[in-house]
Amino acid sequence: MQIKLKLNGKLVQDEVAPDKILLDYLREKGCYSVKRGCDTANCGLCTVYLNQKPVLSCSVLAVQADGKEVTTLEGIQQEAEEFGAFLADQGAEQCGYCSPGLIMNVLAMKRELMNPTEQQIKAYLAGNLCRCTGYMGQMRAIQNYLRKEQTDESSQ
Amino acid sequence: MKAVNKPIRKKDAMALVTGKPVYTDDIAPKDCLIVKVLRSPYANAMIEEINTTIAQKVPGIECILTWQDTPNTRFTMAGQSYPEPSPYDHKILDKHLRCVGDPVAIVAGVDEKSVDRALSIIKVNYQVLEPLLDFTKAKDHAILVHPESDWKALCPVGADNQRNLCASGEFVSGDVEAQLKMCAHVIEQTYHTKQNSQAMMESFCTYTHLDVYGRLNIVSSTQVPFHVRRILANALDIPKAQIRVIKPRIGGGFGAKQSVVSEVFPALVTMKTKKPAKMIFTRTESFTNGSPRHEMQIKVRIGADKNGIIKAIHMYTLSNAGAYGEHGPTTVGLTGHKAMSLYAGAEAYRFEYDVVYTNTMGGGAYRGYGATQGIFALESAVNELAAKLKMDPVKLRELNMTAQGQIMKTYYGEVSNSNALDRCLKKAKQMIDWDNKYPCKELENGKIRAVGMALAMQGSGISNVDVGSVEIKLNDDGFYTLMIGASDMGTGCDTILAQMAAECLDCDVDNIVVHGVDTDQSPYDTGSYASSTTYITGMAVVKTCEKIREQIVRQGADMLNCAEDQVEFDGKQVICLQTQQTISLQQIGYQSVMGGGRCITASESHFSPVSPPPFMVGMVEIELDKQTGQVDVIDYVAVVDCGTVVNPNLARIQTEGGILQGIGMALMEDVQYDKKGRLLNRSFMQYKIPTRLDVGNIRVDFESSYEPTGPFGAKSIGEIVINTPAPAIANAIYHASGLYLRTLPMTAEKIAMGMLKHED
Repeated sequence: MQIKLKLNGKLVQDEVAPDKILLDYLREKGCYSVKRGCDTANCGLCTVYLNQKPVLSCSVLAVQADGKEVTTLEGIQQEAEEFGAFLADQGAEQCGYCSPGLIMNVLAMKRELMNPTEQQIKAYLAGNLCRCTGYMGQMRAIQNYLRKEQTDESSQ
Repeated sequence: MKAVNKPIRKKDAMALVTGKPVYTDDIAPKDCLIVKVLRSPYANAMIEEINTTIAQKVPGIECILTWQDTPNTRFTMAGQSYPEPSPYDHKILDKHLRCVGDPVAIVAGVDEKSVDRALSIIKVNYQVLEPLLDFTKAKDHAILVHPESDWKALCPVGADNQRNLCASGEFVSGDVEAQLKMCAHVIEQTYHTKQNSQAMMESFCTYTHLDVYGRLNIVSSTQVPFHVRRILANALDIPKAQIRVIKPRIGGGFGAKQSVVSEVFPALVTMKTKKPAKMIFTRTESFTNGSPRHEMQIKVRIGADKNGIIKAIHMYTLSNAGAYGEHGPTTVGLTGHKAMSLYAGAEAYRFEYDVVYTNTMGGGAYRGYGATQGIFALESAVNELAAKLKMDPVKLRELNMTAQGQIMKTYYGEVSNSNALDRCLKKAKQMIDWDNKYPCKELENGKIRAVGMALAMQGSGISNVDVGSVEIKLNDDGFYTLMIGASDMGTGCDTILAQMAAECLDCDVDNIVVHGVDTDQSPYDTGSYASSTTYITGMAVVKTCEKIREQIVRQGADMLNCAEDQVEFDGKQVICLQTQQTISLQQIGYQSVMGGGRCITASESHFSPVSPPPFMVGMVEIELDKQTGQVDVIDYVAVVDCGTVVNPNLARIQTEGGILQGIGMALMEDVQYDKKGRLLNRSFMQYKIPTRLDVGNIRVDFESSYEPTGPFGAKSIGEIVINTPAPAIANAIYHASGLYLRTLPMTAEKIAMGMLKHED
């Protein structure tokens, strides 16, 4: 099937099989930040934005992206670096394999929730599994990042 | 110190957080053949006939390999130094299938669809045999898991395939029976831990290709590149010189990748087809045919006098190797040696063990490596002893735990030369406010808050076996290259080894370029396991730095026309003490690549005759719902003595992560089989690992001793941190409910049912 979409800001057109999973399609397009962790929509590693909303690309068909905007971490490198630096300062990226999916969701959460509580953050990110860190360092990084963003905004 | 003990960022951090293509499947060539295996539906069967004729005709299929096409050598997949203690009981493909999921055929094709199609039409006639699934009945059972005559054990580990024994043995010190007779209090209980999956986020994966010299190149997510080289040479029956192994970034290992799991399949395909090939395990395959923690049943007898002084400890461990013996003979040893050594003052010890084959998934290495199971059993028994004595379990530890300077008879006679257990215990007690919270408090909503505790230890490398080597080169412009053979698997060893080098060479960490593992280039390292890298490879860094400093001084002295003993090197320049003339490291670097200069490079390796244990105390506060049995971990306090902390951030994250894995093991993670030996927990839906909603707070602190044989006084941290949650939570559940759970995981169901029974 023919699909047309905006991938990280660029228009792309492709012929894809009707059963092609978006995750596989994106990796074929060179978006290697999108990782496969489970196949059962449990781990959050493959999180991307479909029209700015986070989705699990393992559970979306490539054809469903037709006519839509798809964003992966490759498309938001600056924000990734900004928040990623907070993760790095905690050592909370560890193996790094779950970082792209987590970062996609943290940035989506920042847009969606105003001043989230710790419990709200945990609930929003519950679908992002991490086996290395025990989540504590990620929480410290997220809270430091949100605090800084808030200070930056109020000083503007 | 300028670089060591500093919480600096991991060198690879920014590449990881920006999602750069650095993992195996990201860098595999696009034209790789896709490799998958047909897996056995039966736990015990012989392949009578296998027909691949029609499957071969599927367009895009490059090769289909069966047991007839594979080398006839038997080997072990365990990533251990040669001669491996694990028996040679594995073949790439075997006619005899010993567990569900054992590989029947290897299929390689140009894409996934053709491979899947071919897999579905391979015809196999199986002679289905009765499986042996109950490991408590496996020893001397009529069903033999490894009846074959070419099975062999290279080391005297008490293995006997005609008795289903992968290993057996005993350790005795003093007369346990005589001591127990004199004891006022004796606890005798049996504890049961299940198989656990490491569930690292990146599954097992490998790609292979032939290089320009026709050599087999293997890029793999492995903790043990040098062992992979040797094991594959064995398995494929080709010289080691024909193999090169490269380790890219790894998405977590936790011991899973201390075995060869995915490597053999694409390697064989590339050897047969001369084409690049890759095998990426699905999550299901990682669960069903990985290298999980060994299931164990541990019987503990522990005796104390009327004052609570522990006099004798007896442990018997029965370990389920599963279908293959990877890490079977070695993990079991830790259940005794790295548990009993927490109590070095007893008069007598006895430790016996059997490791048995069954028709379940073969076990492997998982963080803690047997110590986790042993410590769950022994620390639970000590907590039960405290209850029997009506004594605070903290007090019982204060009376009995191993102290600085004590000889640990059960730990190969080593002396505890760096031991801050007393300070760890004191700090943990303060942090969790033990005295106010022990044992429990009923809340208004009917739930109960309770505390529990446990001690833990581990080792730092395998004494006299593990070897770490590094090479340091001075480059023009005065920067260094640090070549290491240790595998950074997310743990951060590339960074902490650079920190040590920077400390020794008086330079910035950024001035040290680290080169990760490539067996063609890196100096030999046994690999990243057994909590060895900081302690063993770290010491190799220290030694190498001393050597290269000497060379820098010599070259500088030459250039300054000064005697070698008359100059000093401060990291930036060499100074002649008499004339105060200087020559910069940069100039020395340039000279080293010019005619007349000498190449400045040094390499040293290190091993240790001892394996100094790190120690820690874990204390937990739980909230238990009496109606449902639900346990919530409210607060977990971990105080660790890992010697000098090399990077406080990374040590903290290791600890927090290990604690949560331990909580998972304690409360939810369970590998279950049906009656036919089929594994039921095949995805994250059934094999639950903790999410961020499953934990309250984890608080970590360090109480450092100074280990005289370690780099800058450091010991290890990677494994010990998983050992306290199971016994500490069991202790807290007891304090809340009066119920002692001795089988993991301690699910709400078990607690609720147990409490009902307890009330009867």
